[in-house]
Amino acid sequence: MEDKSLGIVETKNFIFAEPPNEFELENGEKLGPITVAFETYGKLNKERSNAVLITHAFSGDAHAAGYYEGDNKPGWWNSMIGPEKAFDTDKYYVICSNVLGGCSGTTGPSSINPETGKPYGLDFPLISINDMVNVQNKLLESLNIEKLLTVAGGSMGGMQALSWLIKHPDKIKSTIIIASAIKHSPQQIAFDEVGRVSIISDPSWNEGDYYGKENPVRGLALARMVGHITYMSNESMMEKFGRRIRNVGEKHKFNTGFEIENYLHYRGSSFVERFDANSYLYITKAIDCYDASEGKNLSEILHGVKAKVMVLAFKSDWLYPKYQSKEIVKACKVAGIDTTSCEIESTYGHDAFLLEIKEETQLVKHFLEKVAQAD
Amino acid sequence: MLQYIREIEFQTICDYIKKGSSVLDLGCGDCELLQRLIKDKNIKAQGIEIDEKEIYKCVKKGVSVLHEDIEYGLSEYKDKSFDYIVLQQSLSEVVKKPDKVIQEALRVGRKVIISFSNFAHYSARLQIFLKGRTPVTPSLPYAWHNTPNLHFLSLSDFIEYCKERNMKIERKTYLGTKRKTYFFPNFCALVGIFMISQD
Repeated sequence: MEDKSLGIVETKNFIFAEPPNEFELENGEKLGPITVAFETYGKLNKERSNAVLITHAFSGDAHAAGYYEGDNKPGWWNSMIGPEKAFDTDKYYVICSNVLGGCSGTTGPSSINPETGKPYGLDFPLISINDMVNVQNKLLESLNIEKLLTVAGGSMGGMQALSWLIKHPDKIKSTIIIASAIKHSPQQIAFDEVGRVSIISDPSWNEGDYYGKENPVRGLALARMVGHITYMSNESMMEKFGRRIRNVGEKHKFNTGFEIENYLHYRGSSFVERFDANSYLYITKAIDCYDASEGKNLSEILHGVKAKVMVLAFKSDWLYPKYQSKEIVKACKVAGIDTTSCEIESTYGHDAFLLEIKEETQLVKHFLEKVAQAD
Repeated sequence: MLQYIREIEFQTICDYIKKGSSVLDLGCGDCELLQRLIKDKNIKAQGIEIDEKEIYKCVKKGVSVLHEDIEYGLSEYKDKSFDYIVLQQSLSEVVKKPDKVIQEALRVGRKVIISFSNFAHYSARLQIFLKGRTPVTPSLPYAWHNTPNLHFLSLSDFIEYCKERNMKIERKTYLGTKRKTYFFPNFCALVGIFMISQD
């Protein structure tokens, strides 16, 4: 099948919260100015009613679809966003921005602190999932979009979609929450902590002050290796690598050359090219600390919400297991929200939300058609 | 199931349901009934279905559906969350403990509509009595080894059950081979449709 693509796309910047009108974070701290890197695909209609916000996962960015000039790798959800795709850019105006605290254009710990003229490093305040969403809300205000047709995202993107439902229910007609959770379980926090400790124990990390010097690449690569294990399933690893051996990389006594080993090394080393170690710490902390219910009963918080909800989970996803999606569904059911859910058969593990395109496309496409028709 | 029996069953259930009400269909399949109710009765619809393949069909029809099993899905709802709960042929097919599900359905819904195939239809009786075979009838068209039915019950069984449990039968319709039937239903009817409630 011919891949209908958006072709060449560009990232734009939105700057706000210039001092003294800094942006107030959930924890009361102030931050500004803030740059938001974002991309848009498709056309906003006259009624300004066809806007869709895509919220990215932990290591994602604003480049969700299409290609950059001279680049042969498309955006991270290119298979879902484009003409006639799930998020059909012939019908919808699709927006994706890099999250606050990120390192792909939006203000984060690697950005220049206007007070010192140097990168923030650990002077960057702790941020939350709700802060990320509030920044997205500012971006939408600047685009004069009062109501989104939907907010959709997987994993951490799903937490943002859920945050939109809770904090800004009147600004969305629906939300699509994929492979996500109300809050992290101890197991999920544990994996994130291993990643963080791996970075922090790299001597090059230097209390977060490594910009312009040697970066903590070993710690960051190791953190990513652990991450990738959690994104796959035993079955998908078996299928993709088995116990096959391919001798590459440095020679040492313990280098057996299992393909899975090579894969993890490759993933680790390519990650450090594009990701900032401090962003890793800040964003994983935001995910771990997120609790959509804020210690209360989520169904009570959601009571009276008019937006429609779609919750998708994947059978082999053990990082965000189906019971976590079911908790979201349960809260919506009890709150009387119009809810659709599906647990999609898949062997890809948590990565499935980026890979099970055929099923996701069917569900998202038809769900959006219904949402667009409803008053 | 014969197509025309299914059609009358659909129509009967639609007739039972008031305009603008809320309906939860347990084991909704491809959401055909809910889609029709949305169109004809402007209802607020919610389906529950365990088969992933059916979920795609429901979503395509624009009907809200939850991918859950009936027992689990029902237990989470608050009391009287829906005007009607529908169990169209799903009680005998998929529910492990019908009694528990009926009681839960009466808790979650104001009225419960249940349809099932009558095991005491005369052709079934004849097959057992004369041939000594497990019956295969137009409304129970399966052999013992490939039937989706877990429970076999007659119209009289159900009426007796409702009496024992103090459940009120508000409406009932019996379907024969070609049309609704009123004549010795437990002998002549292939399908029974009941609307019950409990104070």
